[in-house]
This record gives sequence, C-alpha cells and structure tokens, in this order.
Amino acid sequence: MTEQTQGIENTPNPVLSNVFRIISAVLSNFVVRRFFFFLFVVWLASTVIFIIPRLSGQDPVKEKLLLEAQRGGAIQQGLDEMAKHYQKRFGLDKPIWVQYGNFLSDLVRFDLGTSIAFFPRTVNDIVFESLIWTLGLMGTVTVMAFTLGTLAGAVLGWPRRPGWVQYVFMPLLTLAAIPQYLLGMILIFIFAFKLGWLPLFGGYEPATLPNLSFDFVVDVLRHAILPAFAILFSVVGFWAIGMRGMMINAQGEDYMVQADAKGLKGARIFMRYAVRNALLPQVTGLALVLGTIITGQVLVERVFSYPGIGDILFQAIRLSDFFVIRGIVVIIIVGIAGATFLLDVLYPLIDPRIRVRN
Amino acid sequence: MTQTATTPDVSESGELSGGWGQFNVERLRPIKRYALRNPSLIVGLGLMFSLLLFVGIGHLVWDTEQYRVLSTPTRLPPSLNYEIETGKLAGQVKSYPFGTDTQGRDLLAVAIKGTPLTLRIGLIAGFVSIGLGTVAAFVAAYYRGWVDTGVRTVVDVGLAMPGLLILILVRINIGRELSVDEMGFALGLVGWVFPARTIRAQVLVMREQAYVQLSRLSGTSGMGIIFKEMLPNLIPYITASLVGAVAGAILASIGLEAIGLGKFGDPTLGMTIYWNIQFSSIILGMWWWWLPPLVAIVIVFLGLFLISSGLDEWSNPRLRKRV
Repeated sequence: MTEQTQGIENTPNPVLSNVFRIISAVLSNFVVRRFFFFLFVVWLASTVIFIIPRLSGQDPVKEKLLLEAQRGGAIQQGLDEMAKHYQKRFGLDKPIWVQYGNFLSDLVRFDLGTSIAFFPRTVNDIVFESLIWTLGLMGTVTVMAFTLGTLAGAVLGWPRRPGWVQYVFMPLLTLAAIPQYLLGMILIFIFAFKLGWLPLFGGYEPATLPNLSFDFVVDVLRHAILPAFAILFSVVGFWAIGMRGMMINAQGEDYMVQADAKGLKGARIFMRYAVRNALLPQVTGLALVLGTIITGQVLVERVFSYPGIGDILFQAIRLSDFFVIRGIVVIIIVGIAGATFLLDVLYPLIDPRIRVRN
Repeated sequence: MTQTATTPDVSESGELSGGWGQFNVERLRPIKRYALRNPSLIVGLGLMFSLLLFVGIGHLVWDTEQYRVLSTPTRLPPSLNYEIETGKLAGQVKSYPFGTDTQGRDLLAVAIKGTPLTLRIGLIAGFVSIGLGTVAAFVAAYYRGWVDTGVRTVVDVGLAMPGLLILILVRINIGRELSVDEMGFALGLVGWVFPARTIRAQVLVMREQAYVQLSRLSGTSGMGIIFKEMLPNLIPYITASLVGAVAGAILASIGLEAIGLGKFGDPTLGMTIYWNIQFSSIILGMWWWWLPPLVAIVIVFLGLFLISSGLDEWSNPRLRKRV
C-alpha cells in the first residue's frame, strides 16, 4: 500500500498524482463511504432477490399460469405456449447472466416489472398508489413516538424526577412488549366495535372516491387514528426503554459529576448534559429499528385493511403475484438503506465529536 | 429478614444450613432475597411457567384432537353443556369452555395445541440465531483482521435488509408450506446478525481485560481463552440475548403466519390470528375466538420481556442502582 502511493507520488506526471490525491480524499470522506455502502447494500440485496427464485428451481410465472388454468379450466396444450409467451415477455428464456444484467438495469431505472395477477398494470403503479398511505401513516407515527418516547425515557431515567412519574409511565412501557397488530385488534374491538366511535377498517369510507375535499380529509384522519395509536403505543415503549437505559448510563459519567460540581441548575443538567448525550444512541437506534417498524406496520395495515403496502403485500401473497411481492421487498429495502444513509449523514450535525474527527 | 440483611453471607456459606444432604429452609433465603431485589425476573418466569402449566394440564385432561377443522359445531360461544343437534354426535352433551370458531374447531384444544407450537418456533429460532451469532462474534472479535472485516460487512448488510422480507420471498419461491421446525430454522438463519453484532462488541471489550491478557501471556491457546475465560463470563449476556431472540422470532413467526405464510393445518397462535382476520371475528363479535390467542401472546411477550430485563439486571450491575 505504501509502496503503491510512493510509486504514484514519484511519477513525473503532476496531474495524475493530483487526480489520485483527490480520489483518495473523496473515498476517505465519511459521506462518500456511506454512500458506497448504501449502493453496496442495495446491490447485494437485489442480487439475493435475483438468486432466490433460481435456487428453489421453481418457476413462479408458470406456476401462476397453472393455477389460473386450473381455475379457468384451460387445456394443458395451450398452457405451454402461454407460458412461453410470458417467459419471453419477462425475459426468462435468456441465459442467466443476461437475465441478471436486465434485472439490474431494470432496477436502476426503477422498472419493477408488471403484475401477474393484474397483468397490464405495472408494479410501480400498484405499489406507489399504496405507498402514500403507508408513508403518511408511518411518518406521523414515527415522529410522534420518537418525541414522546424519548421524553418519557429521559424523565424515567432521571434520579431527581417526581415520584408519580413512574406510576404513569411504567404501565406504558409494558405496552412495548405487546405486538402492534394485537394492540390494533384490541383497539378495534373497544373503540370501533363496542363504542362505535371510529370506523372498523379501511383508509376511507368505501363509497367515496379519494379527493381533496374537507369531508374526505376528515374521513381519512378518522380512519387513521386507530392504526396510528396501535403503532404509537408499542413504539413509544421502545424509545422510552432505550432512552431510560442511556440516561442511567449517563449518570456515572464524569461530565455529569462536573456539571453537578459547578452548581448548575437541575433543569440545565438534565437537558444540556444528560439528555443531549443520551439522545445520540437514540438516533442510531432509529436507523436500526426502521426495518422492524415497517414490517410491523405491514401487519397493522393487514389487521385494519388499511390501503397501504401491507394490504397490497397480503393480496399479492394470496394471488402469488411474484413480481408485486418482489417489487415491495425491493422498495422497502431501498427505502430502509436510503433512510439509514441519510441518518448517518445527518448524525455529525447532532454529534460534534464526529464532526471534529472528520 | 432484618437479621439476614445484616449478616448476608452466613446463610450462603452454609454455616446455618448444615451439609448438602439435609434440606433447610435457610437455604432458600438468598433466593428469596434475590427475588425481592429482582421482581421482574421472578414475575416473568412465573408468567411463562403458568402458561406451560396450562398447556401441560390441558394435554392431560382435554381432547386436543378437536383442534381440527369440523370437529365441533361452528360459531359456538363458550358453553359448558351444549347439546349437539345434528351430525354424528347428535344428542350428546359436550362442553366447549372456550367456544368454537367458524370452521368448527374447539378453541380450547386450539389454545392447548397451538401455544407450545409457537413457543417451539421461537426456541428453535432463538437457539439457531444465538448459536450462529455467538460463533460469528467470537471468530470475528478474536481473530480480527480480514475475518472480522468479512463478518462485519455481512452483519451490516444483514441489518440493512429486513430478514422477514427475504423470508417472504424464499417462502413464495419454495411454493409449499413451511413446517413449524422449518419456520424456526429459517427465522434463526435470518436472525443471527443482530446478536452477532452485540456479542462481538462484548467480546471486543472483554479481550482487552486484564484476566484475558494474563491468560494469553501465560500461554493459553486461543480456543482455551474463548472457552475457559470469555464464554463463561458472557453466559449471562448471551442468555439475555437468547430471550430477546426468542421473543423476536415469535413476533416474526406470528407476523409471517398472519399474512398467510404459515402452515394452514397447524393451530399455532399466528395461524389462529390469521383465521381471525380472515373471518373478521372482531366485526362478528366473536370475542371468544380472538381473545385466547391474544392473551397467550401477551403473556408470552410480557413474560419474555420481564425475564430479559430481569436478566439484564443480573448481567449488567450498572442497572442495579434501580434509578
């Protein structure tokens, strides 16, 4: 390694050595490294997704057609031709490396193929229609849960908190142990079925068409309350438990002793010393649990028949609509990897220690 | 109580309790004292034990074969003496304390039969993932170098990909139902990356500790250090991770089953949830259908959660301050 760099620095061409210096500077940049890791994860994930069907030796397209044929009673003879036609359409008759190249280039152009069950419709079309619902619900809930949970955990991990706090928050923490979809079922039973305050299922009244009128917005909000709370309650507990642990760990640190010795006010020590430091791992935690939050929400949507990605995924699994399932998996993985990348890039903004090191 | 608190070591050293041969109540004192200090571990173990007790007694006294479809009248609310009007069993009086579902399963039999199946998935997945994770963590943290880089890359990538989604794809492509054991193994295979990461961090810290350095200086082999010095000290931490992994795997398995990827013939908790959603039991007001699996799942998760926070207290003395 050192020999190599020396060799390049010794070259008479100053332009080349400058180019090399710029390249190595760029590569050692934290943001660039994270970006390459992001690309690497996406590439590896898509390769795994590409390989899985080939390993199992099954042909999802043919299988789906067979199923359709059994239902419709089509004769076996025509089926092979039909399968061939579909294989050609989806490029399944070409050598495997061509398929792999096609698959990757399709991914780069974000072309996820067409649905098998609803043939002319593209996967993008189907998924993005539901993605708005999922992202809207999840974004609101995640921000609310993060804020509430972190606050609750900070207070719970603070030795000088008022005594009643424990009795209010501790039962809340136990909710973290209950899966979101079960909480959802309980909420449906109490508030929708027994009390009838809120709608039982769906994202909006079945008779209406999505529009931007005031009534429709209110209707959408009314439908979102129960699923939102189902996720909120269990995720709040997660954040609170993590924050409480970090606050307890912070108690023994030297800077806390120092702040105390300086005679600072309790509130200032709490916010500027304890919370400020305990907050950092929480942000890393957000990156780690993003996947869990999404898969958890997929199930909550299923329980509420909410028109998001979870509902689409369930329908696709039931119809063995392979390309839609694959598309959803790709989108979620790219989404999580992208969000993790963003959090990594934003992390130095809240942690000066990393900023200085760079 | 106050007496033992002032002289805590007397009862433990055995002065009061005599030899190993005879049982003495004094022996239980340290356990009782520990239970008072660590209530969550005891309550958690109690919850899990009561669930197992229910399953065990149920298998002994109840006809569990009634978990099969069409073995009972359909949509019966809980009743202790129901006279069957039609079919083979006409005229008999039977009791269905948990009621029956739309497809004619006895829900008490389902609860007795299904709960251990779900626990089995969780245990298999937990042991597989913690086993793989521990091996990977030790190999990476002990041998360092390119081995560590390789393991870390795989773990980082694995953490970025939700295992559940990969599992959905695999399951769709296999094209057949996964049995309970296969589901457990599959969940373990995708779930090892997180324990690998956390255990690796623990090993890295431990490897710089004085007693490990000393052991290395006195010529203990790499395997010797791992098995004699590090592993015994990590047992509490690994146990806590195992409990977490079991809970995570159960959560994932119920999730997979709830979206229709479970084994349809098995009455696991997740499949019962699936049938509940499928036949809209909540809207039909059939509370006796969704309540038992829900209570069982809550007991399992609450129990495991309390056990793991109890183990945390045991393995991480910093938390003992009980802030």
